[in-house]
Amino acid sequence: MTPLLEAKNLSRVYQVRRGYFARPNPVRAVDDISVVVMPGETLGIVGESGSGKSTLGRMLLGIDPAQAGEVKLEHKPMPPLRSAQWRALRAKMQLVYQDPLAALDRRLTIAAQIGEPLDIHQIGTKEQRTAQVEELMAAVGLRRDQAGRYPHELSGGQRQRAVIARALATRPSLLVCDEPVAALDVSIQAQVVNMLRDLQEQYGMAMVFISHDLKVVRNVADRVAVMYLGKIVEEGSSDTIFRSPRHPYTKALVSSMPVPGKQLQGRIILQGEPPNPAVRPTGCAFHPRCPLAIDLCRTNAPALRRVGVQRTAACHLVAGDAAAVAA
Amino acid sequence: MSTSASNLVELRDLKVAFDGVQVLHGIDLDIAPGEAVGLVGESGCGKSVTWLAALGLLPGKATVTGSVKLEGREIRGAQRSQLEQVRGGRIAMIFQDPSSSLNPVLRIGRQIVEALAIHRGLAGEAAKAEALRLMDMVGIPDPRRRFDLYAHEFSGGQCQRLMIAMALAGEPDLLIADEPTTALDATIQAQILDLLIRLRNETGMALVFISHDLGAVSQVCERVCVMYAGRIVEEGTVEQLFSDPQHPYTRGLFDAIPSIDGPRRRLIPIPGTVPNPSDLPQGCSFSPRCPQATAICKTALPPLLSRGRGRKLACVQPAQPVKTGMVRDRMPEAVML
Repeated sequence: MTPLLEAKNLSRVYQVRRGYFARPNPVRAVDDISVVVMPGETLGIVGESGSGKSTLGRMLLGIDPAQAGEVKLEHKPMPPLRSAQWRALRAKMQLVYQDPLAALDRRLTIAAQIGEPLDIHQIGTKEQRTAQVEELMAAVGLRRDQAGRYPHELSGGQRQRAVIARALATRPSLLVCDEPVAALDVSIQAQVVNMLRDLQEQYGMAMVFISHDLKVVRNVADRVAVMYLGKIVEEGSSDTIFRSPRHPYTKALVSSMPVPGKQLQGRIILQGEPPNPAVRPTGCAFHPRCPLAIDLCRTNAPALRRVGVQRTAACHLVAGDAAAVAA
Repeated sequence: MSTSASNLVELRDLKVAFDGVQVLHGIDLDIAPGEAVGLVGESGCGKSVTWLAALGLLPGKATVTGSVKLEGREIRGAQRSQLEQVRGGRIAMIFQDPSSSLNPVLRIGRQIVEALAIHRGLAGEAAKAEALRLMDMVGIPDPRRRFDLYAHEFSGGQCQRLMIAMALAGEPDLLIADEPTTALDATIQAQILDLLIRLRNETGMALVFISHDLGAVSQVCERVCVMYAGRIVEEGTVEQLFSDPQHPYTRGLFDAIPSIDGPRRRLIPIPGTVPNPSDLPQGCSFSPRCPQATAICKTALPPLLSRGRGRKLACVQPAQPVKTGMVRDRMPEAVML
């Protein structure tokens, strides 16, 4: 099978000034990342705040231009941001944000907003569009009588359903979801996660699911990439990566997840906090917090290498079984 | 319900209404000295309002009735001066967003010293020494150098540590932690939970841990109250609730959490949404979403009744015992041995 989306050696550097006259300080939000998304597949991206996971998601859609590297959708390079070709391509790739209230227009009814992508891309006749909005609303579990409601008249879960319906209107082949359920209560979260999985099956689209919640990602994603300070530190199938994490950071993440009914004893509690991306530690960026760090980690950054079947990790202490993937 | 002198805090029939809309429908809750109690529920269930009301921190438009006793002394509706001795001194509270609770234009050290001056009457070098000790206690590295920094120069996790240091300044008997880890990253969340457990062991203070995260609650608490639509619907020890949740809502909350091991399965959501407080359903508030609801649930409100061994339940149709396989998944390790 050929990949739907291929991103190679993506980098994004933000110039941050700490004062008006201070010299700009480069922050590598995304640093030399390569990912592949197959048609119909879900790629989960996990990491703490500031790890660059949202920036990566936006770069995959071409919203944040890459300073290095390239993104190919269906083997064609991503057209430049805001060009006519890029706008046309947006019908095939959509984004769902964390905060549905901010993503919706408060002065338009939800039916109007769900139908807007159809108007923009001029899909179907007026009657067909109306019919499709109804179909989309049913697909995401919104009632027909809610069509004329405004965003403030809906609950958080219903708003997120409306946002998802709007994203699906053009039948995209790729949906990037950036923390789609983080703002929702547990019981509603489960409703939306199930719905996303059903819709994905029904529409056969690929998903990039960005979240800090490992439990949700495990239940949604086929493959998971773990990010730390702008780099992927481990990637593998979601079943194996959570069952037997290899990278010390993934191990700590999995271990720190509070599981109902389990005590904190025996968990790996990392010392310190994620370092400031503007002052990246030398060598492996994780070494100041890593319980296993050796001298090599302080000086040499480990490359992402294959460490098993369809599995990569970037750590000097994880035995590789082939030449470095990124080499 | 008997009033016993051994309880640190006793809430009786605590009710809150905002502009005539009742949001808290009579909460009865005891906190024993040194105990860790979790309050769990979805947004809007009243878990934070309960304690804001108890400490007199709600805005004027809120109508609060019922009784709040601290060591047998009524503090609801007490004089401001009396309340101010309780708040921070006997009962301290920390919130979800630490950076908005700290003063952005005052140096951190000065804020902690201020709390020490108000609650412990310390001043000068003694206050500074104590503030440094507190900063060290909550795990701020190199407190001497950071004493004169501002809140924005600390990360989110460190701000929460500083909030905890300020809360500890009055040597409280009870710390109320309102979603203290919700805004933090997973690895930092684990650090703060670990810190709360350690501080409780060191100081012997009681802890009320308000959270929507059942996982976090089970790590730090001994007893848990589950709230729904302004009422406690189930209460018990962590072991009891996690091995055998009896209220269909508690059961639903557990089932809705995606599992981290075992086969990937469809999640089991609770259908529908939390009711609007101004338009609560007849009878049991959970009945429209409850898979086991019968005709009586839709008409009569089930009272919170004792079920023995410290358990309480407000349901006429308790959930069936969980399947053995499921029980093991949820059972705390200590119970499994």
